[in-house]
Amino acid sequence: MSYKAKFRIWRGEGGEGRLEDFTVEVNEGEVVLDIIHRLQATQAPDLAVRWNCKAGKCGSCSMEINGKPKLGCMTRMSTFGEDEVITVTPMRTFPVIKDLVTDVSFNYQKAREIPSFTPPSDVRPGEYRMKQIDVERSQEFRKCIECFMCNNVCHVIRDHDENKQAFAGPRFLMQIAELDMHPYDVADRQDSAQDEHGLGYCNITKCCTEVCPEHIKITDNALIPMKERVVDRRYDPLVWLGNKIFKRSAAK
Amino acid sequence: MERSLMTQTTAESPARRQRAQLKARTLRTDRWWLAPVLTFAALASFLVYGFWAMFDPSYYIAPYVAPFSAPCLLEVCPEGARVFGFAPIGDWFPLPPGVLVLGLPGGFRLTCYYYRKSYYRSFWLSPPACSVAEPHGKYTGETRLPLILQNVHRYFFYGSVLISAVLTYEAIVAFRNTDGEWGHMGVGTVILAVNAVLISAYTLSCHSCRHIVAGRLNHFSRHPLRYRFWGLVSKLNARHMLLAWVSMYTVLFADLYVRLVAKGIVTDITFF
Repeated sequence: MSYKAKFRIWRGEGGEGRLEDFTVEVNEGEVVLDIIHRLQATQAPDLAVRWNCKAGKCGSCSMEINGKPKLGCMTRMSTFGEDEVITVTPMRTFPVIKDLVTDVSFNYQKAREIPSFTPPSDVRPGEYRMKQIDVERSQEFRKCIECFMCNNVCHVIRDHDENKQAFAGPRFLMQIAELDMHPYDVADRQDSAQDEHGLGYCNITKCCTEVCPEHIKITDNALIPMKERVVDRRYDPLVWLGNKIFKRSAAK
Repeated sequence: MERSLMTQTTAESPARRQRAQLKARTLRTDRWWLAPVLTFAALASFLVYGFWAMFDPSYYIAPYVAPFSAPCLLEVCPEGARVFGFAPIGDWFPLPPGVLVLGLPGGFRLTCYYYRKSYYRSFWLSPPACSVAEPHGKYTGETRLPLILQNVHRYFFYGSVLISAVLTYEAIVAFRNTDGEWGHMGVGTVILAVNAVLISAYTLSCHSCRHIVAGRLNHFSRHPLRYRFWGLVSKLNARHMLLAWVSMYTVLFADLYVRLVAKGIVTDITFF
């Protein structure tokens, strides 16, 4: 059940490079990452690819296959026709180190800019008491494997490199939403989401949700709820008036 | 020392800071253009119909009121077309009754989180599809005017709850016959009833509704009733896109049906 597949793979260091053609054996049950490993073993020993678990859980082998962001280890060869040319390129939003390996330090920088979990000063470790229904909404976001395909596909920075400074990307706006929904987090996340992390840049076109390998509903469950919380804080006069009249506290 | 410096120089070289210099706008091989083209055609045709319907005078034939003209608030509205017989706007408004009210459901759909996705993709190509480059040189999203006004969505939601209530009322009174007696049911009654249910479901599935019901809370456990409603709205919200499309076509079809009956082009079949 094996056949010869045609691959076009981006080769080059830094931004410069070219698409190189390969013909390579494919066997039943294999995934794209298997084929890239076969190319390394047989035809291109210096082909660079980042990978680790081969189980869709480490988020290392993010790449673009026929133009779509995917995990190489989770993309079955059976999803392509035998005569189809399969183009494999590095993630477009991030600088290339070599071949399919990109420098994703943009994401680490953005992660550092978000204040970590901030509990109330009068609650000590060991004293947190939370009901399951209070935390399960944000547990969905903890499934993230940090493959950064959502940030890669987001047109806000993919098509506009100049927005990188102002925009944290869906992965980290989701993290802000997770913390804002946390029953014990008291940090101000709503103003900073809008002012410092660029929530307003998101035009909810849902590409982040489409590419998420963990099927997290990033847009519906994190970004839009966070936008609505920002509306509460900044754009809704009735909520503002209600907070003033009834002296509602920020804790909900 | 010299060796480590050399390594560092390589890591910091300008070429390393560049993305892959791919010239193609996209390398996608599927028919990514199909969805935005179909969406554009569907939304544009709905807009054209809506514009025509706003000015079309055949919006009432007892006991049916065309949804695009409901609620009929003017004195020119026939008695049976008014909500509880009221005409609160009087006779000062010179345009047809549809012009007066269509802003609410129109604004609700215009600022809806699902429709925003669909028209940003299909009309503004921002982006036309995932991992397909958009044609614009600059992008500021919803950070400034005019798109920052999308944040007004919840107020359109409040208005749309009223419109849903009116459409439900119109569907209920469609069980009366032309003499105002209960016990009538025709094809129009069924169409208006189905439309009222789907419009209400679409309205309640709104992301703003989900937020207002309980999404803004961090302690669901302190608000069990609101949490239960949040669960129900979340189930509807997962089908928001489907409800948006289905309700858009049912309201169009219901409106067209009533107008065709009113013009005498179609005869309404009466079951009893």
